[in-house]
Amino acid sequence: MPTTVFGEILAHCLAGLPDEACGLIAGDAASGSVLRWYPTRNAAASAKLYEVDPRDLLRADRDAESSGTELIGVVHSHTHTGAYPSPTDVVQAPDPAWHYVLVSLRDTHPAMRSYRIVGGRISEELLALESR
Amino acid sequence: MTVEVRLPTVLRPHAGGATTVSAEGTTIGEVIESLVGRYPGMSGQVLTPEGSLHRFVNVYVNDDDVRYLDQLDTKVADGDTVSILPAVAGG
Repeated sequence: MPTTVFGEILAHCLAGLPDEACGLIAGDAASGSVLRWYPTRNAAASAKLYEVDPRDLLRADRDAESSGTELIGVVHSHTHTGAYPSPTDVVQAPDPAWHYVLVSLRDTHPAMRSYRIVGGRISEELLALESR
Repeated sequence: MTVEVRLPTVLRPHAGGATTVSAEGTTIGEVIESLVGRYPGMSGQVLTPEGSLHRFVNVYVNDDDVRYLDQLDTKVADGDTVSILPAVAGG
């Protein structure tokens, strides 16, 4: 993930308080490299739930496709819990190929972690920052 | 009416890997019926056993989410683009 995107994600999550914030990442599915970040509205407007606004989702999907990339994951914040997928996140994870990035705003310093969720099983993956 | 249907990654294997397919119908309900008639594997992922739209699926006519229109009764016109995307949500 580019450091610029990392910073934009943290800013978007903080700006979304007191609600959870969400957004989509696009890039190269094979390598998992993030090339684009789409901040989206939280249609659930809740501190406990998120739903990527359906119109923002369609726009991001089209933009990613027209730029030769594809959506490869979703980012959302947890305002009062850690950076780990909740049971709701696991049940609603639509795509085993996606990266599920969690940002926790519970502590003074935000924490970001990334996971795969396949068949209800959560596995953390390395989230590497790239200076660009 | 013939419309173009854009499929999400998770439904493409049911259509031989196609990203878009054409389907017939005058409403979204008929378009989906035509789609699952041809690709039965999609049925459970798009519709509930009762025949309504699955709540984890977003269906759009051009730029509009049918949930905010007439759901399965939403009319389509010749040449419209219907997009299906999994809803992205959690807690």
